[in-house]
Amino acid sequence: MTHSGTAAPTGRVATMPEKISVTLSVNRKPVRLLVAPWTTLLDALRDHLDLTGTKKGCDHGQCGACTVLVEGRRINSCLTLAVMQEGAEITTIEGLARDGELHPLQQAFIDHDAFQCGYCTSGQICSAAGLIAEGRAKTAAEIRELMSGNICRCGAYPNIVAAIQQAMERS
Amino acid sequence: MASYIGTATSRVDGRAKVTGEAKYAGEFNVPGLVHGYVVDSTIPKGRIARIDTSGALGMAGVIDVLTHQNRPQMPDKDAAYKDEVAPENGSPYRPLYDDRILFTGQPVALVLAEDWETARVAASQVKIEYEKEPHVTDLQAERSRAFTVDAPEKPRGDAEQAFASAPVRHAAEYSIPTEHHNPMELFASTAIWEDGRLTVYDKTQGVQNVQKYLCGVFKMKPDEVRVMSPYMGGGFGAGLRPQYQVMLAVLGACALKRPVRVMLTRAQMYALGYRPASIERLALGANEGGTLESMQHEAIAVTSQFEEFARNDTGWGNLLYKSPNAKFSHKLVKLDLPTSCDMRAPGAATGVYALECAMDELAIALKTDPVQLRLQCYSDRHQGEDLPYTSKQLRECYRQGAAEFGWEKRNPEPRSMRDGSELVGWGMASGVWEALQMPATVRIVLTANGHAEVATAASDIGTGTYTIMAQVAADMLGLPIDNISVKLGDSTLPQCPLEGGSWIASSVCNAIANTARAVRGDLLELAKQAKDSPFAGVGVDDVGLVDGKIVSKRDASCAMPIASAMLSGKAERITREETNNVAEDKSHARNVHSAIFAEVKVDEELGVIRVTRVVKAVAAGRILNPKTAHSQVMGGVVWGIGMALHEETLYDHRFGRVMNANIAEYHVPVNADIHDIKVIFVDEPDAIVNPLGIKGLGEIGIVGVAAAIANAVYHATGKRVRDLPITLDKVIQFN
Amino acid sequence: MIPFQYTRANDVADAIKQIATDPSAKFIAGGTNLIDLIKYDVAAPTRLIDISRLPLRNVEETATGGVLIGALVPNTDLAYHPVIEQRYPLLSRSILAGASQQLRNMASTGGNLVQRTRCFYFYDVATPCNKREPGSGCSAIDGINRINAILGTSDSCIATHPSDMCVALAVLEAIVHVVGPAGARNIAFADFHRLPGNTPQRDTNLEPDEIITAIELPPKGFSANYSYLKIRDRLSYAFALVSVAAALELEGDTIKEARLALGGVAHKPWRSSAAEAALLGQRADRAAFTKAADWLLHGAKGYGHNDFKIGLARRAIIRTLSQAARGTPQSISDKKIR
Ligand SMILES: Cc1cc2nc3c(=O)[nH]c(=O)nc-3n(C[C@H](O)[C@H](O)[C@H](O)COP(=O)(O)OP(=O)(O)OC[C@H]3O[C@@H](n4cnc5c(N)ncnc54)[C@H](O)[C@@H]3O)c2cc1C
Ligand code: SF4
Ligand code: FES
Ligand code: FES
Repeated sequence: MTHSGTAAPTGRVATMPEKISVTLSVNRKPVRLLVAPWTTLLDALRDHLDLTGTKKGCDHGQCGACTVLVEGRRINSCLTLAVMQEGAEITTIEGLARDGELHPLQQAFIDHDAFQCGYCTSGQICSAAGLIAEGRAKTAAEIRELMSGNICRCGAYPNIVAAIQQAMERS
Repeated sequence: MASYIGTATSRVDGRAKVTGEAKYAGEFNVPGLVHGYVVDSTIPKGRIARIDTSGALGMAGVIDVLTHQNRPQMPDKDAAYKDEVAPENGSPYRPLYDDRILFTGQPVALVLAEDWETARVAASQVKIEYEKEPHVTDLQAERSRAFTVDAPEKPRGDAEQAFASAPVRHAAEYSIPTEHHNPMELFASTAIWEDGRLTVYDKTQGVQNVQKYLCGVFKMKPDEVRVMSPYMGGGFGAGLRPQYQVMLAVLGACALKRPVRVMLTRAQMYALGYRPASIERLALGANEGGTLESMQHEAIAVTSQFEEFARNDTGWGNLLYKSPNAKFSHKLVKLDLPTSCDMRAPGAATGVYALECAMDELAIALKTDPVQLRLQCYSDRHQGEDLPYTSKQLRECYRQGAAEFGWEKRNPEPRSMRDGSELVGWGMASGVWEALQMPATVRIVLTANGHAEVATAASDIGTGTYTIMAQVAADMLGLPIDNISVKLGDSTLPQCPLEGGSWIASSVCNAIANTARAVRGDLLELAKQAKDSPFAGVGVDDVGLVDGKIVSKRDASCAMPIASAMLSGKAERITREETNNVAEDKSHARNVHSAIFAEVKVDEELGVIRVTRVVKAVAAGRILNPKTAHSQVMGGVVWGIGMALHEETLYDHRFGRVMNANIAEYHVPVNADIHDIKVIFVDEPDAIVNPLGIKGLGEIGIVGVAAAIANAVYHATGKRVRDLPITLDKVIQFN
Repeated sequence: MIPFQYTRANDVADAIKQIATDPSAKFIAGGTNLIDLIKYDVAAPTRLIDISRLPLRNVEETATGGVLIGALVPNTDLAYHPVIEQRYPLLSRSILAGASQQLRNMASTGGNLVQRTRCFYFYDVATPCNKREPGSGCSAIDGINRINAILGTSDSCIATHPSDMCVALAVLEAIVHVVGPAGARNIAFADFHRLPGNTPQRDTNLEPDEIITAIELPPKGFSANYSYLKIRDRLSYAFALVSVAAALELEGDTIKEARLALGGVAHKPWRSSAAEAALLGQRADRAAFTKAADWLLHGAKGYGHNDFKIGLARRAIIRTLSQAARGTPQSISDKKIR
């Protein structure tokens, strides 16, 4: 028996589309990039801008490791295209500390040991920054629910909640 | 100066992790980097009939497509592919070796392109035709083909006879589905080719294991291959063996003589190792007094067709309970899947789950409190080996755990406790794991300015190895922790075992102690060279290093700053390497223990389960860093909750494929699933297990948690669910 | 994944013009479903037309007392909009029960309606699936179908529509405003999504060259007596096994109006006029709720793994109706079901 198991719809590739020039503001600095239309914001950050602090845990919106702030709102950078973000103000984990001084969330994550392997951490912290800006979470239960888009396989959740509470109290 | 050992200490690598500076294997963006994308098999068994790479090769930016037909030379002997943890029996899988398909998701081509975006689109243009062969992937359907592997523990007495004549009996079958580690970081390797040498950044729990493996496969000399893994985004056992992407990255780098990165997708990671599905049969017989007469435990677990991976699921009862008659057996079923592998507390997570559920059921049959039953059966000796323990504060775990939890308020009757619309259940279980040491060598370089570098080829997979190494070294060298820099995750560093089995802390820290003693000896010798040295005639064990000084233990006024000692001996640095003494002492059993108490709330009508409280009391010898230790155990508890309620790899056996090969439908706990987790460390001084009394914590966290939850669900609902995960439809008969 | 072109639409007219010239193009709004599907090779558009910058981001009260929601209003903004929170809290809660905050920040109102099923086989291009590849067969019927449908299924497909928001929109009887080459038209919510029949490849009655511009909510918001209850395999960030949106208008104990819809059980939010009629004039009690549940689940059929959904849905309906009647809607963050 012959089974054809090609991965994709066949024979549809036309000539490779042209790359597109994009201007973004990343961590308060303007940057210009030439990217394929299908380059995600996540790949643009990690591969093109060498901002590898933003992590790739699934590439499908299922884990939250790629969370960044766009215009101050938290999003999954794996599910948006770089070209769609033309002109946007993007903040990544690298942009949170100012002049070498840690953001209160970063300090709180260290204080509460809110991570182990650290791979979900950038996403957790950016997500928490978004959460605090939203102002919708007051109780621990609300923090848990609104942080549920960030999976931590190491299981640091209770410490993450404690860290966010500390940062909230201090901000 | 206060001791760092035993003091809650923030991670020394914390800043790197919270700022995004910590670089993981797929994040080394070197100039000229080539990106590899794997094309994987869509069928579970057969052969590749045709492979057409022309569509991919025709795309601008594609450099090459490697397949079994055009790959660089690879050795043909199994031995070349055997890594340290490869199962004894079998032939390790060889990526891109030939046209055989052994499992779904196996790599069949590697697209190499100038950028990741191009590699990915080109991969979808590789056309493959397969010749399929019939496959089997279903453990339950194939269980009759199970064969016995080495008996884990010797039988005692006549377990079958004793069971048959026991007045109170419980026998049942429990099952655990296949689970995947799903570390947050995708498996990735970056292989950098420079002047005939390779530097490989790999996601691995053992840089030296990978280094040796690569040398074997690529016929390279040890000094030609350097493997680095400064940070690892979670392993849980998945990174113990070299995974195929590292081999492919190096294959690509060798073929192109350029740096190559290969990063797998989340879906592709379901074709790496996994916790094997297992069927566990328990038969416990007790006398009326409530002690065990017979204990039988049989496990049937999954392995691949080409390797026999087996971990001991069934011996754990011997560590916990007295029983004059006992019998254990471990069987395997070969399926058309990748080889199963270690996953957090391999053998124990599954075996103790079944054992501790069975003990709960026996307690019910005996009308005895489950804690009481454990105490009645409590064993102060390893039953199988008939050995005493180096230490075993499990009684204290039961006591402190129960007190913290409020166990005495439990009404034993199922469905007797409620909170409005929810039934409340309280369950408990025991946990046990090994306290091993492996040989590890640590190098310390002490410089005259009072700074020290401590190095070994360990990995810190999130366990806190960087931090405990710094703590122990700071104490042993009498220096502030900020003066210690830790180096690990580099195969060129002194020999260190794999980060697994909870042995890193004990092995490495005892090696630090030995090395620090050697450094101290050198310092003492230097100090003796000073004019009118107060140390004349003093031995190395008569002095300590405290507050940057070498100090006599007998006379604190007899002291000399490290800098002065080194100056007097005209030494700029002291470099020493020593290994821990791995005990040959066979007169003791070495184990860690725990007691787990869990509260669940189950919606009476809808079956929705919430784990509202878990108390885990752990006796694990000396706790080096209560802060990171707490995180380790807490993380293990979260894993236990996932194992109990969520985790299951779903195969469609018709296609031999994982249908939830992602992290949205393979459920792991999210923040909202986790409530109150209390970790207690029971005091357990242990001078025998190893000089520092360390037992390790990586595995014990998960062991027994799923059983405690399953037992709590029974207590809440009166419904005994024996096949994990416990989903709402198993708790309630809806139709 | 196959390569695609990217263009931006300047206005609605431009968007329609662009899509008319390229039948294998697709609109992209938040991208959270389409990019996901493209990466899995399930969708293979050769061009994406970015509509995310079109000025369809307002939430405004209409002259007739309803509310008009622009198709590009992000899910979060909609859920937290004061008018929605006060007048249509059922909609707020249903949105917040779905996905994660990051995804809700990205996802658009229009995109949420057009998102595709999460059926495992639909997502796996190595398996047959009629929805993805018409005529190839349905793998779910005899396969792993825990998450699949029990109502309105066909021999070709037993997929569910995964949206939470749409379950509330069905109850609120929203109207979908669309514009196509032939001009604008309105589609009643009940007519928007389709049943699979023998054309499971078509999820909705939206034409490929049409764009959703807005969702209109009629004046009635049921803000006093409503609840949205979502049952899933973990407590957050998971799709519904079963969800229920219930809205009641009560006079004392008596039901004056009832609306009820199920999510996670069918190819569209599932309503039944018989179920709602059965509640009219009744006392809001368990007996009435049970009858309504029986009507709503009339004809339900399990496929093995998902058999339990029938009984689960029955109990969930009764529970949600009680919550609505009591005026104590299910909380999003407190996971206890009261
Ligand atoms: C991990 C994960 C978990 C999720 N969990 C949930 C959940 O629990 N509940 C839930 O409800 N949803 C859930 N979602 C789905 C999410 O809500 C949808 O992906 C989202 O609503 C889609 O909106 P979008 O704007 O991003 O759509 P896009 O991805 O931009 O588009 C989706 C489709 O809609 C079309 N489209 C978009 N806008 C228009 C328009 N104005 N007119 C015509 N066509 C249009 C596009 O062409 C495309 O075909 C989840 C998603 C992910 C990735
Ligand atoms: S249920 Fe529908 S979507 Fe799922 S496999 Fe069948 S046809 Fe495809
Ligand atoms: S990488 Fe974006 S959500 Fe996982
Ligand atoms: S710290 Fe490892 S995944 Fe969160």
